[in-house]
Amino acid sequence: MMRLGPTLLLGVLLLAIVSIGAASREQGDTPDRETTPNRPAGLAAWQKIYSVMSHPRCINCHTASDYPEQGDDRHRHLFNVVRGPDGKGVPALQCATCHRQANADSTGVPGAPDWHLAPLSMRWQDAADRILPSSAVCKTVSDPAKNGGLDGAALIKHHQTELVKWAWKPGLRNDGSARSVPPIDYEEFMVATREWVQAGMPCTK
Amino acid sequence: METFKLTVNCQQKDVTVDPSTPLLWVLREDLKMSGTKYGCGIAACGACTVHVGGVPTRSCVLPISLVGERPVVTIEAMSNDTIGRVVEEAWESEDVVQCGYCQSGQIMSAVALLKATPKPTDKDIEESMGGNLCRCGTYVRIRQAIKAAARQLG
Ligand code: FES
Ligand code: FES
Repeated sequence: MMRLGPTLLLGVLLLAIVSIGAASREQGDTPDRETTPNRPAGLAAWQKIYSVMSHPRCINCHTASDYPEQGDDRHRHLFNVVRGPDGKGVPALQCATCHRQANADSTGVPGAPDWHLAPLSMRWQDAADRILPSSAVCKTVSDPAKNGGLDGAALIKHHQTELVKWAWKPGLRNDGSARSVPPIDYEEFMVATREWVQAGMPCTK
Repeated sequence: METFKLTVNCQQKDVTVDPSTPLLWVLREDLKMSGTKYGCGIAACGACTVHVGGVPTRSCVLPISLVGERPVVTIEAMSNDTIGRVVEEAWESEDVVQCGYCQSGQIMSAVALLKATPKPTDKDIEESMGGNLCRCGTYVRIRQAIKAAARQLG
């Protein structure tokens, strides 16, 4: 009987894992979050994603309240701005009343296409405007019942929208200074997103 | 300087200005339409509200370069607008105005509210009009006038 060398054995094993993974994805399953072999890498990638999501440029519009926030101190949005039924404000005071398709650097108003608040199901703060811990945000982001029905592929697409990308080019404040940006750059954020999705979107308990 | 083609109250206008110029200053200084007021310049008071592409807009913070092809409608056109005319009549019959400075912005916001919500509740009015300040404190009469206009539009 032919003896299989260690390299060949490893190859067969990898092939088996890939086939099982592909079969399970074909059936619409997500990889088992607790047992997936790259769970540690996935968790590490998630922490990078969380460092972005908990940054004011992102979390200011993922509130649990009836209003968005502003600034690095995440204060309540001025001018009596409210969430409204679809997260885009109310008829005479819409997000688009000030926020248009691009940053208005001459007047200090940020802007990007489809400027709006995330739905309440995607809140990453508690009712007292405290940022939720990493595990809680992770569960929300990975739960299609809360994240607007996004699976991993759709989540990657969502992270490629102009509104998400805006966090890395947030323009100038009305005093001419630059708004702060998330702690890792956009490319690193996307690498982390893909790693996390490929690892089955694992979350700590 | 750059030339922009605008549609203001259904009329074509060409203006040659710095692209960063706020729409408010184009209206007031270049087009000599002074009905829209300057209150704060930082989107905080609503005095400069106009409609851009149907959206009530703080013209003091909108650079002309971001207007694009969207039509601009100002207080000067409200008497020719079905809802605008009724709102202006309600403003008169309820004697809303004190000094008047904030009122063109108030009317532009009220018209936007009534176009989207023909029968606004007190909460609808408070939320939608919450960004329009009135130093003379005409808020109670503004609310009455919006309700009177809603009844009239029936
Ligand atoms: S002047 Fe524009 S909101 Fe005050
Ligand atoms: S009527 Fe005077 S500021 Fe409103």
